[in-house]
Amino acid sequence: MTSIHDSDHAIFADHLSVYYDKFRAIKDISIEIFEKKVTAIIGPSGCGKSTMLRAFNRMNELLPATHTEGSVRFMGQDIYAADVDPVEVRKHIGMVFQKPNPFPKSIYENVAWGARINGFKTGLERLSMDEWVELCLTKAALWDEVKDKLHKSGLSLSGGQQQRLCIARAIAIQPQIILMDEPASALDPIATLKIEELMRDLVQEYTIIVVTHNMQQAARVSDFTAFMNMDEDRAGVLVEYDKTETIFTNPHDPRTEAYITGRFG
Amino acid sequence: MCAAFSILITFGIIYEIGKEALLFFGSPEVNIREFLFGTRWQPQAADFGILPLLNATLTTTLFAMIVALPLGLGVAIYLSEYATKRIRNLLKPVLEILAGIPTVVYGFFALTFMTPLLRSIFGTDVVNIYNTASAGLVMGILILPLVASMCEDALSAVPYNLREASYGLGATKIETALKIVVPAAISGLASAVILALSRAVGETMIVAMAAGAGAKLTFNPFESAETMTGHIVRISGGDLSYDSIDYNSLFAIAITLFFLTLLLNIASQKIVKKFRRRYE
Amino acid sequence: MKAPQFSPYFENNLKGRQRLGGVWMNIIRAMTLMSVLFLAVLLLTVINQTFGYVIIETELSPEEIIGENRTFSDFNKLELIAILQENISKGRFSTLEREKSMRERSRDEVSDLIYLEVLQPKIVETWKLWDSITHADEIRQEHATNYPKAMLIFKSWLSSDFIRSAQSSKPTEAGVRTALLGSIWSILVTIVVAFPLGVGAATYLEEYAIDNRLNRIIQTNINNLAGVPSIIYGMLGLAIFVRALSALTSGQIFGDSLTTSDNGRTLLSAGLTLALLVLPIIIINTQEAIRAVPDSLRQASYGLGATKLQTIWHHVLPNALPGILTGTILAISRAIGETAPLVVVGAATYITFDPKGLFSKFTTLPIQIYQWSSRPQVEFQHLAGAAILVLLTLLLTLNRIAILLRNRFKN
Repeated sequence: MTSIHDSDHAIFADHLSVYYDKFRAIKDISIEIFEKKVTAIIGPSGCGKSTMLRAFNRMNELLPATHTEGSVRFMGQDIYAADVDPVEVRKHIGMVFQKPNPFPKSIYENVAWGARINGFKTGLERLSMDEWVELCLTKAALWDEVKDKLHKSGLSLSGGQQQRLCIARAIAIQPQIILMDEPASALDPIATLKIEELMRDLVQEYTIIVVTHNMQQAARVSDFTAFMNMDEDRAGVLVEYDKTETIFTNPHDPRTEAYITGRFG
Repeated sequence: MCAAFSILITFGIIYEIGKEALLFFGSPEVNIREFLFGTRWQPQAADFGILPLLNATLTTTLFAMIVALPLGLGVAIYLSEYATKRIRNLLKPVLEILAGIPTVVYGFFALTFMTPLLRSIFGTDVVNIYNTASAGLVMGILILPLVASMCEDALSAVPYNLREASYGLGATKIETALKIVVPAAISGLASAVILALSRAVGETMIVAMAAGAGAKLTFNPFESAETMTGHIVRISGGDLSYDSIDYNSLFAIAITLFFLTLLLNIASQKIVKKFRRRYE
Repeated sequence: MKAPQFSPYFENNLKGRQRLGGVWMNIIRAMTLMSVLFLAVLLLTVINQTFGYVIIETELSPEEIIGENRTFSDFNKLELIAILQENISKGRFSTLEREKSMRERSRDEVSDLIYLEVLQPKIVETWKLWDSITHADEIRQEHATNYPKAMLIFKSWLSSDFIRSAQSSKPTEAGVRTALLGSIWSILVTIVVAFPLGVGAATYLEEYAIDNRLNRIIQTNINNLAGVPSIIYGMLGLAIFVRALSALTSGQIFGDSLTTSDNGRTLLSAGLTLALLVLPIIIINTQEAIRAVPDSLRQASYGLGATKLQTIWHHVLPNALPGILTGTILAISRAIGETAPLVVVGAATYITFDPKGLFSKFTTLPIQIYQWSSRPQVEFQHLAGAAILVLLTLLLTLNRIAILLRNRFKN
């Protein structure tokens, strides 16, 4: 695929703030996310983790009256620059949501649709759509379970399978980065484990940023961890960002330590 | 008690109209096959084929759908996916007013505006003063608010997280609206279409005033023709002797109309119920 | 613009997609605009018909009656009565005297009578509003060349005279009073019948009925009835009220021979037929209103030892009142505009007297509009336009009242 300029961070947020109307949801966040690593974002609920995640693919602006300050650099460009189309940003930075939301279409169509509208090319010496769908479902560890029922509705799958379908759908448009907003919180423990394994597999090809309220999950799955917290005016700030090992065994900030030892949150 | 009264009404409708219709069918000059498939309606000549009337009803309905369905759906998409609060507060009252205007006013509109307009576009020798196209098009305007509001309900019922998923895949707003939301709402939309059909079939005044008098089997919408409802109104507005075959024939038409609309209404309810659980 | 992505699998089609999206957006915007335009065009068409220039010719001119250089305002009432008597037949004068005696009439009324009866105005040409505005000069030209002795005035077909006058075959004199009264009377009957029945049925269904098969059938029934075309209700009314119960509806059963029609085509039948039509609407709306009453209210009432009936009467219904009223006004609005069922039930095509009671022949405003629209003469189109404006104003007022009531009772 393409090489990323600006050294090997995938995303570089610089003094990022997001406002809902007059309320500042996240304040002055600067962070470098590294390429082809799993980065976890943890923190108490309401501290703006999802807001920050959504700032990375401009999903916040779908809500009315939001505006963003600061910059988010991806592939050498500020994705919030005036001449950048948010639709294009989202092709490169995909998203998986907390509650699995497959389309009410067939399993095949769920995966194929995103690819198709983004201009998936078929033809000689190229993959056919069938092959692409199979490839994506395989990467999402779902192919064996659904290969005989591709025409069935995506909604006929179990919760865990639906979420893997959503992951297959997301990688079908070939993003560089996959954002995951608490992808396993609506799933049972077994399905959760499968998703976590999947993250470790996918990270060989994609950069993964995952928001989670489950610290053990963050410890298991991620290479880097960012800890966010609410400050006095209820805005979210980045407290500490480091290798996962460090955060969980030897955090620098007392607030981090308080959170991971369970004293609050 | 009072509720049993409502059952009384339905049975009353079926019973009374049925009674008269039975009288009609019982009389020697008539047989059911000729009624359903005959192509001429001339009571004097003892011809009682309902096809000319049915055909006119279908023609006007067709024209009404041509206007009401695309426009109604378009307005619904605009309202549910794009409209700001200010635009909604402007648009929704307009639709309510359109829906609340009595049909006789629409008939007047058809006579004084639509027909002259058609005649000036296509020529006065092509378009008759009374024609089904004019009535049908105006009927479409009448039905438009119904279609728009039902479609908007159907579209709004699609949960937001489907749209979110679509945006997350790098789809534009219109792609999301047309390729994800509309297909997801298809059961509600289909139900709206069928209900609109039912409304159009039962509409009376617009066709009575603008479509023409006299049953005629024609596929030319610029000619005059009489629909089932228009025929009932015209005949009962004149001198009518009870127990004549004319009188009974009206009830035969009425019962056909009743079952037709009833079937459509039931179909629309069934479709919504059957496909309702599609989202989660 | 972002740097192009070199991917073997995808081609960058964003520009094309956005352009196509723009096209669709414009189509959808245009559709929405069209819908709003429809309303505007409709109202303008009606207004167009209601105002415009007319040329009025009179059989006799004022000069021929009272001499040149004099106007009717020169004369007092007694003198005007004398002029009237001189110029119309004896029989006609006694008829006018019987309708309303000269003593009771005001001076202006006598003056009007002279205008109508003696001068006998006749409308010879009319123009619509748009033509009147844009072709004023040509109209004046036409007036000067073809009708030099007639009057050219800008007429509003909608006027207080229009509302107060009874129906007439002469366009100059026709008004909607007959029809308006017919509408109001029939609606009163409808409400008196349908409101209690509807609220009662809804209360039963929501508060008393257990969820068994029979009641579910009843509910489906009512929902289906709401979708039945109105003309079917007309047929039902014809068969039941006009025919089968004609003894009752024509008033013969009460032996009131003065206001009796010879058949069941009376106001009573009309009101009852409309009641059948609006009943499902009232029931469904009342049901929703009752359903919206929070259960905690009922619990509180029971907790104080009230019976079910007391709870419903004192707490549930009053709380649901705004919704019930809204539903009723919706029903009234619907009923006022209905034409087809009443034509079937037998609204009179031409009556000039005001409805004299439940058992008299009748006509209603929409039916009046229907009939006037069906006449070939242009003047009747203008009258129809004026009548439509009256009807729309009536409906608008009702709508305002509904909103007012709903807001008032909400607090």
